[in-house]
Amino acid sequence: MKPFTQHTGQVYPFDRANIDTDAILPKQYLKSIRKFGYGDWLFDDLRYLDGGDVTTPVSERRKNPDFLLNHADYAASSVLLARDNFGCGSSREHAVWALRDYGFAVVLAPSFADIFYNNCFKNGLLPIALPNETIDELFAMSQSEKLFVTVDLQTQSIFTETHQWHFDIDESRRQNLLEGLDEISVTLKDADTIHAFEDKLKQAEPWVFQNIL
Amino acid sequence: MTSPRTLYDKLWDRRCVKQNEDGTSLIYIDRHIVHEVSSAQAFEGLKAAGRKPWRTSAIIATPDHNVPTTEREKGIDGITDDTSRIQVKTLDDNCNAFEVPQFALKDKRQGIVHVIAPEQGLTLPGMTVVCGDSHTATHGAFAALGVGIGTSEVEHVLATQCLIQRKAKNLRIDVSGQLGRGVTAKDVVLYIISQIGTAAGTGCTIEFTGDAIYSLSMEGRMTLCNMAIEAGARAGLVAYDATTEAYVKDRPLAPKGADWDKAVAMWRKLKSDDGAKFDIDYFFKAEDIRPQVSWGTSPEMVVAVDATVPTVASLPENKSADYQKAMQYMGLEPGQPITSIQLDRVFVGSCTNSRIEDIRAVAEVVKGKHIAPTIKQALVVPGSGLVKQQAEDEGLDKVITAAGFEWRSPGCSMCLAMNADRLYEGEHCASTSNRNFESRQGSGGRTHLVSPAMAAAAAINGHFVDISKEAAL
Repeated sequence: MKPFTQHTGQVYPFDRANIDTDAILPKQYLKSIRKFGYGDWLFDDLRYLDGGDVTTPVSERRKNPDFLLNHADYAASSVLLARDNFGCGSSREHAVWALRDYGFAVVLAPSFADIFYNNCFKNGLLPIALPNETIDELFAMSQSEKLFVTVDLQTQSIFTETHQWHFDIDESRRQNLLEGLDEISVTLKDADTIHAFEDKLKQAEPWVFQNIL
Repeated sequence: MTSPRTLYDKLWDRRCVKQNEDGTSLIYIDRHIVHEVSSAQAFEGLKAAGRKPWRTSAIIATPDHNVPTTEREKGIDGITDDTSRIQVKTLDDNCNAFEVPQFALKDKRQGIVHVIAPEQGLTLPGMTVVCGDSHTATHGAFAALGVGIGTSEVEHVLATQCLIQRKAKNLRIDVSGQLGRGVTAKDVVLYIISQIGTAAGTGCTIEFTGDAIYSLSMEGRMTLCNMAIEAGARAGLVAYDATTEAYVKDRPLAPKGADWDKAVAMWRKLKSDDGAKFDIDYFFKAEDIRPQVSWGTSPEMVVAVDATVPTVASLPENKSADYQKAMQYMGLEPGQPITSIQLDRVFVGSCTNSRIEDIRAVAEVVKGKHIAPTIKQALVVPGSGLVKQQAEDEGLDKVITAAGFEWRSPGCSMCLAMNADRLYEGEHCASTSNRNFESRQGSGGRTHLVSPAMAAAAAINGHFVDISKEAAL
């Protein structure tokens, strides 16, 4: 995973609560067996006027002119700003891949759904939970003009030329992102501990280890 | 003496391999259920790193999300959609390459992940169960810890048999009293979410308690725990009791003989201790719960069938804009009676409601009747090959097809419309599934979440009716 240290980008204000993972990436794109290439399908139902699937060339599709991300002024945004419970619903990691592949690096919201939040950290996308007042302030600032912010994970701060906000984040998640750690390698350092636990469990609850077929 | 613990505390402690300094823990995973949609990239990751699954006897794979519900005798080659076929084939190839046990497409035991595992005794009390699917909360019905995970975590569990978890808070939802006529587990959970909201359980594990909960069958408890995620909780639980024991006994993978006795002695402790501390508590009364219908685009936008779509004046200020947007999407007027909503399609199925009890409920309501002429399609999609077989052994398929329903083969089907079963622009559907998000069941589709009996009665009438007042019950 690519390490995340600092990111500067334009804020994309998406003033909605409960933006679910079906809205972020509709199910027809879950048919892909790849881990990359989901960016064109981000917010698909909102972004396009006609339907599509993994085989439809994007160049042939009609973009919804009313969806802000389709405006030249906002298309290059990389910091998503939204309301409560962002990423609720399905566990599909494809939703995170779509945000990442489009070019988003940070999501700012008052709260996130657990599985989505977790999935972000596995893919170098930084979700930041901020107090409602800060979110309101950012919406007000980004709706009046193009807003650029810098998000610094080292110092846990978000700043513009005139403002600065602090954010809290779990220390281990922060370290993992800063270093771009491969969690599997980290866990496998404990392989002996896991084996020992497993051996004891085999004695205590042998039915857990029964062969299925 | 240790201090009193909740059921969740116990399940956690039983499988905690190691506590890390940063507050996370390494949790051992007993059962890993794998399906075609969230696993391909995980197997790819294993391959790229030269790794193998830690323990294949922990894993069961089956295709469900993306499979057709017709012409199944043709197997994988019969899947006409190219991308779907490749995905199901990729799962099959990965199972062969990594020696992962699979209930393949033509196996009688194939079906929806959260139906087949309990059915086979692959989910047992006290276990930790994961799957790359948010509705893994279902398995909590067995006093097991079931959590939904993303694809990176699927790879992590494949490689290490462990999940890195931060312990969640304990949230209790108590429903006391007796459920009224025609009120099912689905109504209970929809009612709860309408009261507490879709984010109330974020960061929590929910334990459902109270007489009304304990009176539910295992099928009902699975329906309830299944939708814990719709209240924001990654896991939902019900304590172990005689109902659990009776369901698990003699399942193919349940312990036998002396092991059974040993297991039962252990499982009987799988309940919260008296005096255990919950971080958050909600209390509800069963008699306040009527048959429920969702009117909007979030599982909290739910009212009783004899109520109306909310009036604008009644909306909470902070949600007013979202609720009005939902009404617009759904093509409903504020204050419109729920029973006046005209339906186009009916879907009975999904990991929430596709078990034998659900099929029986439908058959009971539609017996000797016929779906309304305005209904374009009414589908019943059993949750597994074995549910299908049992229903056919009981003659339920004949009752259901005589009433004008289509009787299909198992899969997730129209719950998320990855296969050909779907809604079209503007269509209203009475659905026994779990999510009413915009376009969830097909682009522009309008989903109303209900119980199987409510869906069946709606199919007959062409609109919602109050099942508690129907004579057929």
